[in-house]
Formats: sequence, C-alpha cells, structure tokens
Amino acid sequence: MEEIIKNIEKMVVITAKKRQRDNLYFVTTGKDQAIPVITYLRDYEGFSHFVMLSVADWMEEGEFELMYLLNHPVKKVDIGVCVRIPRENASMHTAHHLWEQIWSYQRELKEMYGIDFPGSPRVDESFLLEGWDQIPPMRREFDTLKYAEETYFPRPGRETHDPATYMKQKLYPNE
Amino acid sequence: MSEKKQFIDPDLQPRTVIGPNGEEIQINPLEDYFCSERPKVHEPKRWKIFEDFVNWARAESIWVLGFGTGCGSIELYPLLTPRFDAYRFGVQMRPTPRQANLMIISGYLSVKTLKRAIRSYEQMQNPKYVMALGSCTINGGMYFDSYNTINRLDKYMPVDVYVAGCMPRPEAILAGFNALKAKIKEGRAEGANEYAKNFDYYKANQKKIIKDWNMPDYNW
Repeated sequence: MEEIIKNIEKMVVITAKKRQRDNLYFVTTGKDQAIPVITYLRDYEGFSHFVMLSVADWMEEGEFELMYLLNHPVKKVDIGVCVRIPRENASMHTAHHLWEQIWSYQRELKEMYGIDFPGSPRVDESFLLEGWDQIPPMRREFDTLKYAEETYFPRPGRETHDPATYMKQKLYPNE
Repeated sequence: MSEKKQFIDPDLQPRTVIGPNGEEIQINPLEDYFCSERPKVHEPKRWKIFEDFVNWARAESIWVLGFGTGCGSIELYPLLTPRFDAYRFGVQMRPTPRQANLMIISGYLSVKTLKRAIRSYEQMQNPKYVMALGSCTINGGMYFDSYNTINRLDKYMPVDVYVAGCMPRPEAILAGFNALKAKIKEGRAEGANEYAKNFDYYKANQKKIIKDWNMPDYNW
C-alpha cells in the first residue's frame, strides 16, 4: 500500500495522506490531478471496484471535499482519493467514463449540493426533488428545520421539556 | 434544474379516425385519459335502513391498494400470510387504484411520492377510505424536520383512521381495520365526500408543496 502511494507521489502532488488502518488509506490531491490518479489506480494498480463517491461540506473553509473510494478485490485494500474544490460555483471533472455508475452519484451531488459535473449524463435532471426552487438542501447553510416548519404544517404539541424541571413544575409548582 | 417535464404528452393532439362503416369519429386523447369535472359529493340513500345496509356491505369489503410509501409497507406483507390472515376480515390487496377502496399510506411521504399518492387516491372510486400508518403521517415522526417529507397527511387528503406506532405491528393494523369497519358501519367514513366538499382547500395545500404541478387538477 505504501508503495502504491509512493508511485502516486511520483506522478502528482499529494497534499495530504492518511493511514486509517492497514487496508484503508486516503490521499488528497488537486482537482485536475484526481481523475488521472483514479485512472492510474484502476488501470495499473488493479483497483477495479468503485465503491462510492461522497462529499463533505466544509462550510467554514469554503470548500467541498469529494472522496472517491476504490477497492482492490484481490489484495482486499481500499483507497480513498480526496479532492478539495471551492464551494462557490462548485464544479468537478466527470468520472463516468471510468465506471459508468458514477453518473448517478454525480447527478445526486448536483441536486443535493449543487456541484456541477459538466459532461455527465442526465446531470441536470432532478433526482428526488421535483421542482425544487431553494438552495440545494444538503448544503449546510440550508436551514432544514425552518424550511420544514414554514412548508409542511407542523402539528402543534411537539415541544419537548427537560424531564426534571417539567416534573418539578407540575408536582411542586410553589417551590 | 431541467425544464419541466410534461405529464401529458404534447403529441396527443385531437384527430379524426374513420370507423368501420366509413363514419368519421373525432378523438381527443386528453378527454379519454382525464376528466375535467370536479369530484362530486355523493348523497346518502334516502332511507336510513338502506344506507345502513349498504354501509354494512361496504365495511365487509375492504380492498386495499398495494401502495407502499415508507418503512410501514413491510408490515403489510405479513398481514396476507396465514399467521395474521387479513382475509378473514374481508381485507384483500388489489394492484390498481380503480379496483381498491382503501388506501394505506404506510409511513413517511416524500413530496415526490405524495404527488403519486394523490393521483392514485383520485383514481380510486367512491366510497374510498384512507388509513395512515405510523407517526410519520401523524406529525412527521422522526422526519419532522426533513426538507422533503410532509408532516401531516390530513392536510393533503382526508384520513379516516390513524394507526399510531413506529412502525405499527400487523396486530395494530388489524385493529385499525376493525376501527375503520366500525366507522364505516356508523356512516362516519365520509372521506371521499369531504375531499369533494373541501376540494379547493386540499388542492391549495397540495400545490403549495408540489411545485411542478404538471397534471390536471383532478385526474381519474
């Protein structure tokens, strides 16, 4: 595993690397280098199984972190290729030519986070939110509770109480 | 987001067809698919004894639309096994809305599913009933703060029976069937008429959250 990461370091600049456990490593690289690294891992190192594409929203730092998780079915090891992209007008190169199923991840990320993947099939079609007119709902600045209260007729009586103080008020109101 | 998809195929233009005897028949496909009329209130029978008899008969024929919306639908399948045996209560599953008279909303409803549920409900024939399972349909349950699931089902369609629980066991659903049957026999299960009377209220609530409303107001 260390050797594979050394091979990657010979190709591109790796800004961070992390060993989670013996069979799981993470490397962070730039936006333009990520797809070549993934292609290299698939074609030369044998990471033939694509596990998932996920995103973390680092709102305070103004960045999204995309993570492509790949699996080596023979060596039983995983490697996550991480990419940091800016949140404003977020855009990333599409990777659906490597594994076809990536287009559905990319379509979902476009809808839920507003990350564009130019060239990805059907990326502009709505996935779950038909006719959504707010900011993408999984972005952290979206106040989902406020939106739900304004939109979905909350039933009164849902307020919660601290059991100790509530019982005290009910049982011993004069103390 | 992409441009709105047309629910109705724009190519379905009115056309003229020559019949077997050479006569010309005007066909408007939209009129075949949808009716533009609003739902009507069905008055009860003039004599109460007849209405009671009809209600008794209705209560013994609960045909459920097989439409599972959330985690609760997994609790519906054991009902049809010998262990719980819903058939002994006159309850059976039907595959299409036009054959069913009870719609079970089995759990949380996302907005996307609500649109389909409303369509299915409107396609069911009168008299029709709605049973809502689980706390998600009552007050939103654990999804009360979700951006995409409704909180109260009774704002969008009239609900006859709620079955509380997260999720209700099949025994609870059987109790719900019995409560619904008692309500029908008393003549209080008037959900379809309520929907017709307050049609504008329900439509306004539905259109408030279904932003790409691209179908007729009432389609059956």
